[in-house]
Amino acid sequence: MKHFLPVTVLVVVSTFLVAAGIDSLQLMPQNASLQGETVDWLFGLHFKLIAFLFSLVIVIMLYAVVVFRRRAGDEGEGVHFHGNSTLEVIWTVIPAIIVVFFGYIGTTTLISVTAAQPEEVAIEAVSRQWVWNFNYPDDGFSSEELYLPVGQPIRFDLKAMDVLHAFWVPEFRVKADAVPGRTNVLRITPNRIGEYKLVCAELCGTRHSYMMAPVKVVSREAYSAWVAQKVAEEAAKNTPEARGAALYISQGCKGCHSLDGSKVVGPTWKGLYGSPQAHTDGSTAIADDEYLYNSIVKPNLQVVAGYPANVMPQNYGELLTDDNINNIIAYIKTIK
Amino acid sequence: MRTFFQLGFVRGLLGQVLGTLLGMGLVTGARAAFGYDPLWLAEPAWVIGGLLGTLGFMVGVGALTDWAKWAIGIDTPMHHGAPAGQPEWTRYFAVDLSHKVIGVQYTVWGIFVLLFGGFLATLFRVELMQPGMQYFTTDQYNTLISAHGIIMISAILLGVGGMINYLVPLMIGASDMAFPRLNAFGFWINVPASLLLITAMFVGGWDTGWTAYPPNSLRTALGGPLFFLGFYVIGISSIVGGLNLLVTVFTMRPASMSLFRMPIFVWAALGTSILQLLATQLVGLAMLMLIVERSLNMGFFTPVLNEAAKALNSPPGDPVLFQHLFWFYSHPAVYVFVLPGLGIISELLPVFARKPLFGYKWIALSSIGIAFLGFLVWAHHMFTSGMSNYLRLPFMYATLIIAVPTGVKFFSWLGTLWGGKLTYPTPMLFVLGAISVFLLGGLTGPPAATITTDLYLHDTYWVVGHFHQTFFGGFMFPFFAAMYYWFPKVTGRKYNEMLGKLHFWLMLSGFWVMSLGQIWAGLLGMRRRIADYDPALGVQNIQIAVTVAAYVIALAILIGLYNFIVSARSAEVAERNPWRSRSPEWQIPSPIPEHSFATPLAVVGEPYDYGLPGSVYVRMVPAGAGD
Repeated sequence: MKHFLPVTVLVVVSTFLVAAGIDSLQLMPQNASLQGETVDWLFGLHFKLIAFLFSLVIVIMLYAVVVFRRRAGDEGEGVHFHGNSTLEVIWTVIPAIIVVFFGYIGTTTLISVTAAQPEEVAIEAVSRQWVWNFNYPDDGFSSEELYLPVGQPIRFDLKAMDVLHAFWVPEFRVKADAVPGRTNVLRITPNRIGEYKLVCAELCGTRHSYMMAPVKVVSREAYSAWVAQKVAEEAAKNTPEARGAALYISQGCKGCHSLDGSKVVGPTWKGLYGSPQAHTDGSTAIADDEYLYNSIVKPNLQVVAGYPANVMPQNYGELLTDDNINNIIAYIKTIK
Repeated sequence: MRTFFQLGFVRGLLGQVLGTLLGMGLVTGARAAFGYDPLWLAEPAWVIGGLLGTLGFMVGVGALTDWAKWAIGIDTPMHHGAPAGQPEWTRYFAVDLSHKVIGVQYTVWGIFVLLFGGFLATLFRVELMQPGMQYFTTDQYNTLISAHGIIMISAILLGVGGMINYLVPLMIGASDMAFPRLNAFGFWINVPASLLLITAMFVGGWDTGWTAYPPNSLRTALGGPLFFLGFYVIGISSIVGGLNLLVTVFTMRPASMSLFRMPIFVWAALGTSILQLLATQLVGLAMLMLIVERSLNMGFFTPVLNEAAKALNSPPGDPVLFQHLFWFYSHPAVYVFVLPGLGIISELLPVFARKPLFGYKWIALSSIGIAFLGFLVWAHHMFTSGMSNYLRLPFMYATLIIAVPTGVKFFSWLGTLWGGKLTYPTPMLFVLGAISVFLLGGLTGPPAATITTDLYLHDTYWVVGHFHQTFFGGFMFPFFAAMYYWFPKVTGRKYNEMLGKLHFWLMLSGFWVMSLGQIWAGLLGMRRRIADYDPALGVQNIQIAVTVAAYVIALAILIGLYNFIVSARSAEVAERNPWRSRSPEWQIPSPIPEHSFATPLAVVGEPYDYGLPGSVYVRMVPAGAGD
């Protein structure tokens, strides 16, 4: 028993020193989410237990190494005993109680960090090799930057379009995989304004290490302003010209009419609007709105010199609405 | 020259080349007949080539010869000693049925594979010394870390096989393993497997890590399928090795050796073998499914349906299914790696403390307890994969409970030290170092076990630090303890104590720096498996320290190998039992004769009664004294 006191003192001192050492280090980036507070609290509990168990084993081992070393000239054997069942039961039962306690804490904290929050807003985080995209379904736009209003509970719906990825902002603490074919959910309530980085935490191929996206947690006012700006940008995309550009591709105009002046199957659209046109029947005309409308609906009416008739389909009048045709004309006006 | 071409090893290599060419030729011929594109060097040609190459090696080396003879009714008596007319050293390059030769073959090949895997680590550690890409492309980096993972795992399995094959029959007084031919087969199949893994690096590599998660593994380069095949073939070795060991321990002990009078290492080998025999099939299956999905387009793991699958109305595949299959083996694999090492710690401590092992039965049963619990924790690798809380929580509890039998081992080791007369030759230093390093692994485990904190730690350098602590504490340090401890028994020579201690102190200090650096980088937010990192993380100084420490470890291991090679060739002759051990293998001459025990063994006492005057563990039954 003469060893009991020094060992106890050394274990206690070592525990405090190790715990203080861990505390003094900048171990993790500063937390920035409500869920992260729970995570950090549990980390703190773990670190205290680590300091104690580390000291318990290392102190006793080093103490034995020094105190029970064989002295020079000593040829004797160690003390002969085979064990102590009481001790074995104690160091089976007490650790069992500790781990079950940690299991219980792990359970309650997990339930709290995964719980649905009141009035949460859904954002869809779509991952593909090697970019992130964020859809804001409530406001109908998408973004390559993740803007979040401080204090607003967010439900991230995680999607992957090709391979596994994982959504992780270290300052938010929690992460989850994005799995193709599934929608995984991750709940985060950002609670500190600042700029962070979203990274992919699941090896996803060549550029995995660079698969990041900027995260900006801003005040609610700044967030509203950003949303308004994004909505306006989205609306700006919805002009007749923009819709015409989409039709140029989706209706196959692109196959025969270039935008850069080169001659493909039909005349180029570059500089077309307002320009004089010579026809195979010798007539000429200025390409105005009415002219272009007729050219789309009745292409054989006025065939531009140097191009054969009967190549352009005759049925665009049925395929396209008048709105469509006007959008295409609006788009042609922009090709200069 | 003639001797060279008669070596089984050389014939095996030729067989592998011929088999590979045959397999590739068959597939290419079939593709030509059906007009498939591309014709040359298509993936199925590599896969079938790899498979037939493995078979070719086994035929060439002669691992299948005796079984083929049995099949046609030719008797094959056990052959002892070198092949007829060949010098003694050629035994080690051929199929030999002695467990002692096979144990050395496992160990030496394991060290070669270990050096290669470690060499890969020294390459990519240099890349990590600064942000940005300096020496490798990201694809090369990904191949390096993936290959480092699986090659080190195969090296550890070889080291485990070496220790178990050499020691267990000696410790239980058996003449050999129960199935000597299966034993040789189990070793030799590792050689073509290692070559497959190395080939995989040079035919495009692969960028999935050793975990091979689909869908990425379905898209990765040609190295992928060769890696799956190599992994699969290594698994065959584990399964037959585990089976052989279990049969040996249960049927070949002397009647007087009850289970609770076996040397403690044998209990650890039992735990490991149960896991190897029963868990390996699932990862083999998972690898086969990947190969088949890639080559034959069978959608086990792909969630997106192609048009043909939609037409057949078949349901989509699931990438998470793969993770369950993979980890059902690959978590227990950790215990396959560490249980023998923990057994070495328990085996050596009483010898150097000169007192009985504290709580023998508790330590023995804790190995079996860990093996059993090891089957129930696999999904803790998947806490972020999208499982419900209801599915995650049981795996958290099971994982935490493994701390209990592991704690029993730690406390029993401390109890063994307590009141001893401790000496510190190199093997004992490695044992104490192993305890300190495995303790780190034990302490960094629980924060990754409680799901809440794991949501932060998952896929960070914390995990990298944690499993390197586990493998170094549970395998590397005990493995070198065993190498130094049994070196006089295997070679009959003394190793150099000064170099041994230098090896130990360099490796211990290097490892502590490396490991603490890794877990700190992980806490700061460094993800694992990234070729390049964000300078803003503030981890560069840590990365430099980790790299330097890795080189110190490499240097330490080279010093150790130098010690073994030089000492085996020239050092002075060792005594029969320099450690005054009670274990059976130390009661017979060093190096051990062809027939280990001249007479049968009888157990007459407890294995670890050090300090009990006049007691012995085993004695040889005098010739003619009957059974």
